[in-house]
Amino acid sequence: MKVALTSRGDSLDVLLDSRFGRAANFLLWDAATGAVEVLANTQSLNAAQGAGIQAAMHVVESGAEAVITGHCGPKAFRVLKEAGVKVYLTKALDGHEAIRLFQAGELKEADAADVEGHWV
Amino acid sequence: MKIAVASGKGGTGKTTLSLALAEALANGCTLLDCDVEEPNCHLFVAGEPWRQLPVEVTVPEFTNDGCDGCGRCVRACRFQALARLGKRVLVFPEMCHSCGGCVLACPHKVLREVPFGIGKLEFRHGRGFELISGVMDVGHAMAPPLIRQLKEHIPPEGLVIMDAPPGTACSMVMTVRNNDYVILVTEPTPFGLHDLKLAEATLREIDLPCGVVINRADDGVALIRDYCHEAGLPVLLEIPYRRDIAEGYSRGGGLLAVCPDLRESFRTLLTTQIPAILQAEGRL
Repeated sequence: MKVALTSRGDSLDVLLDSRFGRAANFLLWDAATGAVEVLANTQSLNAAQGAGIQAAMHVVESGAEAVITGHCGPKAFRVLKEAGVKVYLTKALDGHEAIRLFQAGELKEADAADVEGHWV
Repeated sequence: MKIAVASGKGGTGKTTLSLALAEALANGCTLLDCDVEEPNCHLFVAGEPWRQLPVEVTVPEFTNDGCDGCGRCVRACRFQALARLGKRVLVFPEMCHSCGGCVLACPHKVLREVPFGIGKLEFRHGRGFELISGVMDVGHAMAPPLIRQLKEHIPPEGLVIMDAPPGTACSMVMTVRNNDYVILVTEPTPFGLHDLKLAEATLREIDLPCGVVINRADDGVALIRDYCHEAGLPVLLEIPYRRDIAEGYSRGGGLLAVCPDLRESFRTLLTTQIPAILQAEGRL
């Protein structure tokens, strides 16, 4: 199982990015091997609108089955939900802490977006 | 002739002036309230609308039949209104600019255009003029298509006044374009001047002639007068800064009820001053 974490950098040591759509990078963490792959979110960062939708689509295409992030808006949440990707919200500071909480079963799956959308 | 009333800064008196101009002429001219996000001209016109028309745009709908997940529709969209999930496409109508690009790009014809309501037009009889207001539904952000449909109701003859939205973005440009002249209403404050310059620069960019009406003209009026003189902008009129005007407005009475002497100035502005300026510039 692959999990996408929103990160400000390119490793689990770095601070998590609390934003989903405009996160700097996604770290694709492989639960089986512990390997981490970096997926840049440049395209969504530069989008005038719809960053969440686009980022969610990239995450879905990456094959991730779950997302760990700080906040998730309604449009990104709709895309992830329709694709069957689970969303976990956390206040964890870095990737290691987030994964520890995730593995310990301390992260609760979100059943709705937790922030308002933009442009509407 | 078509004249738009714009300002840059909000709250300088666009609606006050637009209504007073339409009322001063009182010859069956048409007033369009193009501030569709927050139309307010109708607050000064008694009665319910005699006609209402829905305003719709078209958005794509996924028909679920024959999609092979090629993603051409998503790549064609400049507004991230579509998301592809395998052989499915999710549509976000609120992001869509109704360009139809995705429908054209789809080789399998699995997207079709369906109507999507964004607001309505309301028609009212004013005091000597017809008012048509564009009203956008709450929660929508696509003002330009609504303004475009509002402007389709401009009568072929007669004077038309358009109350523009504040700012200098798409909805303001959509309102002022194809007008013969733009009146910029400002107030003698640094903010008023700053946004007047933005509005002026926008109009120069699209080659529209404009002049200035200074509202709430008080001791500081030289700030605007001096700038207009430097920039070669005609100052068409000054409306004094008086408490009774604000009180009249608060009661929904309009400017002419308090300052009937301005009626003649407004008439002159519309029938003599502006045509003379356009003639001098070779635009008439």
